[in-house]
Amino acid sequence: MAQTAANVSRRARRKDKIALDRPPGGARRGLAFAFMAPALVLLGAFVVYPSIDTLFQSVQDTDGSFFWDRSFIGFDNYAEIADNQGIRTAIKNNAIWVATAPAIITGLGLMFAILTERVRYATAIKIIVFMPMAISFLATGVIWRVMYDPDPKLGFLNGAMKAVSDVVAPAGPYPRAVSPPETELVKTDAGAIAHADDFQAGDTAVIGLTAIPETEIPEEAVQATTPDAPAGGLTVVVWRDFKPGGGETGVVEEGEFGLPGVAVDVLDDSGAVAVSGVTGPDGSVTFEEVGDGPFTTQVAPSNFDPGFTGVEWFKESLVTPAIIGAFCWMWAGFAVVVIGAGLAALPRDVLEAARVDGASEWQTFRHVTLPLLAPVLGVVFVTMVINVLKIFDIVLVTAPGDVQDDANVIALEMYRTAFTGRQFGLGSAIAVLLFILVIPVMFLNIRRFRRTD
Amino acid sequence: MVLKLRARVMLVAMAVALVAASCGGDDPLDEPAVDGEPRGSDQIDVAAVWSGPEQENFEAVLDAFTEATGVETSYTSTGDDVGAYLGTQIEGGNPPDVAMLPQPGLLRDLATDGSLTAADDTVSGALEENFAPIWTELGSHEGTLYGVYFKVANKSTWWYNTASFQSAGVEPPATWDEMLDTAQTVNASGVPWVSMGGADGWTLTDWFENIYIQTAGTEAYDQLATHEIAWTDDTVIAALETWAELVGDEANISGGVSGALQTDFPTSVTKVFADPPEAATVYEGDFVGGVISAETGATLGEDADFFTFPQIDDAPPSIIGGGDVAVALSDDESAQQLLAFLATPEAAEVWASAGGFTSANQNLDTAVYPDDITARSAEAVAAAEVFRFDLSDLQPAAFGGTVGSGLFLRFQDFLKAPDDPMATARALEKDAAKAFN
Repeated sequence: MAQTAANVSRRARRKDKIALDRPPGGARRGLAFAFMAPALVLLGAFVVYPSIDTLFQSVQDTDGSFFWDRSFIGFDNYAEIADNQGIRTAIKNNAIWVATAPAIITGLGLMFAILTERVRYATAIKIIVFMPMAISFLATGVIWRVMYDPDPKLGFLNGAMKAVSDVVAPAGPYPRAVSPPETELVKTDAGAIAHADDFQAGDTAVIGLTAIPETEIPEEAVQATTPDAPAGGLTVVVWRDFKPGGGETGVVEEGEFGLPGVAVDVLDDSGAVAVSGVTGPDGSVTFEEVGDGPFTTQVAPSNFDPGFTGVEWFKESLVTPAIIGAFCWMWAGFAVVVIGAGLAALPRDVLEAARVDGASEWQTFRHVTLPLLAPVLGVVFVTMVINVLKIFDIVLVTAPGDVQDDANVIALEMYRTAFTGRQFGLGSAIAVLLFILVIPVMFLNIRRFRRTD
Repeated sequence: MVLKLRARVMLVAMAVALVAASCGGDDPLDEPAVDGEPRGSDQIDVAAVWSGPEQENFEAVLDAFTEATGVETSYTSTGDDVGAYLGTQIEGGNPPDVAMLPQPGLLRDLATDGSLTAADDTVSGALEENFAPIWTELGSHEGTLYGVYFKVANKSTWWYNTASFQSAGVEPPATWDEMLDTAQTVNASGVPWVSMGGADGWTLTDWFENIYIQTAGTEAYDQLATHEIAWTDDTVIAALETWAELVGDEANISGGVSGALQTDFPTSVTKVFADPPEAATVYEGDFVGGVISAETGATLGEDADFFTFPQIDDAPPSIIGGGDVAVALSDDESAQQLLAFLATPEAAEVWASAGGFTSANQNLDTAVYPDDITARSAEAVAAAEVFRFDLSDLQPAAFGGTVGSGLFLRFQDFLKAPDDPMATARALEKDAAKAFN
């Protein structure tokens, strides 16, 4: 009650003030309008008219023609929104964006702000974190399109992961090699290429591989040969079973190179590895005294290990999180600077009082800093929610065409429907939907502005 | 660099002017379609999409026309949207006398509106004399001839790395089955057969069109273009199955299907001419030649060459492409004179010798082209019994030209699941039905 009274009196005072400011007589009102006219015309032409026209178009069937060519179709466009798979995906993705990006950015911002407050080069660090803000959405999209490239030679993220994995688990010498069709060779479940004939001591087994580029034949390699096995032993030949024109598969021919450095296994009857060896420059390796067969020979799986080939960031399930990551990279700096300013403005005496009272760092943070910072965090959060609701360009640029509909968001779907699909009625309906979704957040923001007033 | 470029452009322009002067003035003997006097007014307006160097080349052609007939021309560049430009001009009652239309759909629309003047006998005579019958057909609407296809593009060129072919010991294949065998051999040599720019959906539509014209024939092609037959038609399924013979085996595709879908068009070209090459071939239109020259170290004709998209099951040789058709929008007789002139080899030679131009004129000596590649591409176009325009260009934009939907998306999805053509066909039909209603 008391509050209402206070409100009333404040309002009254405001009224007085306005009354005092008002010029005497209505003659000058015309002059006021004359001054306002340019602004009103611009506002009318570029805000009011398009908004109203969008509302109209959303209940019309139109391909962008003037209004006398359009026909009203009631709420069919809105029914289409509910029915359209693409728009549903867009709404779902927008929900994911709103649920994650603002929270991550606010959290990151808070973390960086608190941490940088304690270090000497805080300004330098803040500048670095803030720098992505100076880059446009479009450029951010292009940068991250490359950062996320699946090819480790191009994409930084995959390149970094490959650098690590090359040390931990290097790729085999012939990752892309395969066995040619129409031979007796088989690919085993373990990834080896095996010659499953029953070999006995004294036999020579040949295992030809193809799809090895000329450029990847080792320098020491020479013409492949099929030496006879020693008595009681086995010889295995591994070679590049290809010469210009293809040649005959499964047969060592003139002009075909041995593959040196290939790990070869001889398996006994039970499938266990009896002996292993590595091929020489002509592709052959000889095993002495193998005992009684039958044996299977194989090129070990390690030769074909592709190593790390890159994460596909842009596959259907990962593309939205990937783009959210790029967005957070861009906006974290904004959060750091705003929250940092808020931190600097905190009343020191309250913090000191808490510490004097014996509160730990964590308790001070949790029960003093955070509540005092809440309005600032709110500003950052709500700003981000608005930014994320209208998210458009970064998705358009970053997502490759084939997953664009998986990464779709409402504003992008509006653009695609209205401007590339030329269905302006449906596009307008989507725009209205977006507008309705933004209203509560705007309302919140306006109320907060009033309060800080 | 800028200076150098400008100098080069000027050189080209000067060369063109010289050629124009020499062929326009000196030999009036072989210009039967064009007489030396203006038949209508002394001056006609001409509009086309070209600007910059292309405009200079076209103006050289117009100068040759002036030289031959005494009719002065005034050229206007329309900007990108020729349809919108001509629409307002026609509405205003003052259309140019002659316009070059870059989209076949536009000829159809303007002819239906009654905005075009039918070509007279001198034009049809010149066409018959110099072009294959197909071009009279393509320049006509409902049996009336309106236009002359002056500049064309060939989208049935399949480019390859000559070194990769050499080290695999293979020759360019002529038929689809030969192509599949060749692919096996090239794969075995260690270089994947083909690089696909699947991240750009339009490259996939061009693939489909080349296969479809071969497996389904022109009648079905025209019906599918206007959605007279559904995308679930057996002919579509058959074309997709044929396509799957190649893309169903991931070993044929550089980087596999996922690699193809992450590769944009320019990268799909540079992959073929990288060191070491990441693929032996790339399919796309004649403009790939420009990308090879600009983006790779390969020399056209030496390191890079092309073969025409393979024939499938003895279908007649076909070309998918584009073209700029000259049409008359006024009754001025001099406009007809220009159309007839554009159908002569002399007109084509002016621009052809400057480069960046392909003509379907059978009587043009292909030696005038600046390089062997363009000459062979032009020969293929001039010799084609079947020529059809890019089908996706004939579709509503929502279906045929939108990233992430319609043809682009469905063909990308098809690459991911080539063993289920029916699913692709159904999805296509659903999108098409929506876009066409």
